[in-house]
Amino acid sequence: MARNLLVMLGLLAGCYGFNFVMAEFIEVVYVDYINLCGLAIILAVGLNVINGLAGQFSLGHAGFMSVGAFAGAYASIMLTYGVIESGPLSFVSMGSFLLCLALSGLSAAAVGALVGAPTLRLKGDYLAIATLGFAEITRIVLTAQDAIGGPTGLKRIPKMPLLPGSEKWDGGTSTFWIYAFVCLVILLSVNLQRSTFGRALICVRENELAAETMGVRASRMKIMAFVYGAFFAGIAGCLYAHYQHSVRPDDFTTVRSIEVVVMLVLGGLGSLTGAVVGAVIVTLLPQFLRPLEESLGLSGLSMVVYAALLLLMMLFRPQGIFGQRELSLKLLRRLVPGGGKESRP
Amino acid sequence: MSALLAADQLTMRFGGLTAVKEFSCAIESGELFGLIGPNGAGKTTVFNLLTGVYRPSSGTVTFAQSDITGQPPPSIAARGMSRTFQNIRLFDELSALENVMAGAHLRGNINLFDALLRTGRHAREEKRQRDWAYKLLAFMGLEERAGLAAKHLPYGDRRKLEIARALATEPKLICLDEPAAGMNPSEKQGLAQLIRRIRDQLHVTVLLIEHDMQLVMGLCERIVVLDHGETIACGKPRDIQSDARVIEAYLGVADG
Repeated sequence: MARNLLVMLGLLAGCYGFNFVMAEFIEVVYVDYINLCGLAIILAVGLNVINGLAGQFSLGHAGFMSVGAFAGAYASIMLTYGVIESGPLSFVSMGSFLLCLALSGLSAAAVGALVGAPTLRLKGDYLAIATLGFAEITRIVLTAQDAIGGPTGLKRIPKMPLLPGSEKWDGGTSTFWIYAFVCLVILLSVNLQRSTFGRALICVRENELAAETMGVRASRMKIMAFVYGAFFAGIAGCLYAHYQHSVRPDDFTTVRSIEVVVMLVLGGLGSLTGAVVGAVIVTLLPQFLRPLEESLGLSGLSMVVYAALLLLMMLFRPQGIFGQRELSLKLLRRLVPGGGKESRP
Repeated sequence: MSALLAADQLTMRFGGLTAVKEFSCAIESGELFGLIGPNGAGKTTVFNLLTGVYRPSSGTVTFAQSDITGQPPPSIAARGMSRTFQNIRLFDELSALENVMAGAHLRGNINLFDALLRTGRHAREEKRQRDWAYKLLAFMGLEERAGLAAKHLPYGDRRKLEIARALATEPKLICLDEPAAGMNPSEKQGLAQLIRRIRDQLHVTVLLIEHDMQLVMGLCERIVVLDHGETIACGKPRDIQSDARVIEAYLGVADG
């Protein structure tokens, strides 16, 4: 545990350095890509626990994200301005921001438990449809709430809090905050996956009846997976809202839920490394295809390439880039020709 | 002394079909108890009733002096009854070692935060599970296979691994559903010895479903025979072998 704390502190320092480099040397548009990648990683790694480890096919991740986004953004506006009024965009204070993040994570987790409990009996396609329905219901309910702006949503959400020495950074501190949570979710998920709980989740995925007769309470495990995934989706939503400074219910359509699932399937369902790599690819691909599209004068090309890529993937490597493997020293050693065998006596 | 496991008038109906009718038996602690019968007699249904997979239409199950009728499988496992499956149900993607460790999860007392933060308590629990799992793999003669994925094991080893996993839950009673199915005669002999050692060395009571008559007669101390869901005989192997209704159930009645 002490070691984990040290690792996390080291990673936070790394995030600070990363943000510094971004602010000083990298073009704003690329910084934006990197930040979007970070948000996608948090979503994908969280969903990997539900869809990959526990094997519960959820298509409602955008729903959890929206709950966190609106809860966090609303709290942040209240804490920063007191009431909504016009004026320049300000920074939310550090304390308020952490409070908002906790609130968004917990509210999304609570919704996760609420969704997890009644849908436990559903399997496969049925569960996917139920979670998809939940996400749509959430979006429609949010759209109908005048207190949070109805269809236009919340605006003038304050910027993420300043850090010591960050006053002159033009792009703000978003990169630090986003990547701090990327590090946190990866660290916790690695621990979870390697723990006895991670194994119990995989048992539920592999054979629910056998898991139950071995004493694993499958329903409790499934709810746990939903709560965990939803918590980080909520955090990602809150970060997203503060990053964009505005948030609308229509930011969280089914397309976004599917996008996160595509990240997992592309990287390899059940692999944490795969989730990270899939998140980066799915986020960056359209951004880099768009200039190509414009220069060739073929609008819509990026969607075609995107779809073709997924089709090819399903045809030739249905288990995803990583399958269920993780990036580890052992795998690296195997990739170096002859390295794996010679290292063993 | 009262029985470790007692079934009283267990009946299971699926719609109009009565799969098991008024099944009763009492298994003493430390027994090797056999459950036999022709195909479709309802043996596996009895197992499912005892281990909580099905809720009986009527009747009660008493285990270690408490009523466990209708309790879900995890609670029954926690009380100390474990089982294997006729159609092997391993966690295919996990290694043999991890399969057995999964069985040991039940007796651990750590919470999610220990796991997420890798506390010392979690490390100790992992070590306990690992040591216990290695011990059981060695007991079953599978120590060489520890690192292999369950799906890559040969058939006989898969059966044995399922038994090791069931033993990892530290049961008082283990229910084996056709453990020798698909094994050759020499494998069967090895298995019979193993089952005896489970009882003698680990002090686990064994309830066994088996088709191989030689194995059952040689191994079990008492046997109950099912046919069409009804109990037709119960007693020592010698008495069962000479019971007219058992012979009739297995061989049929001569015409005329």
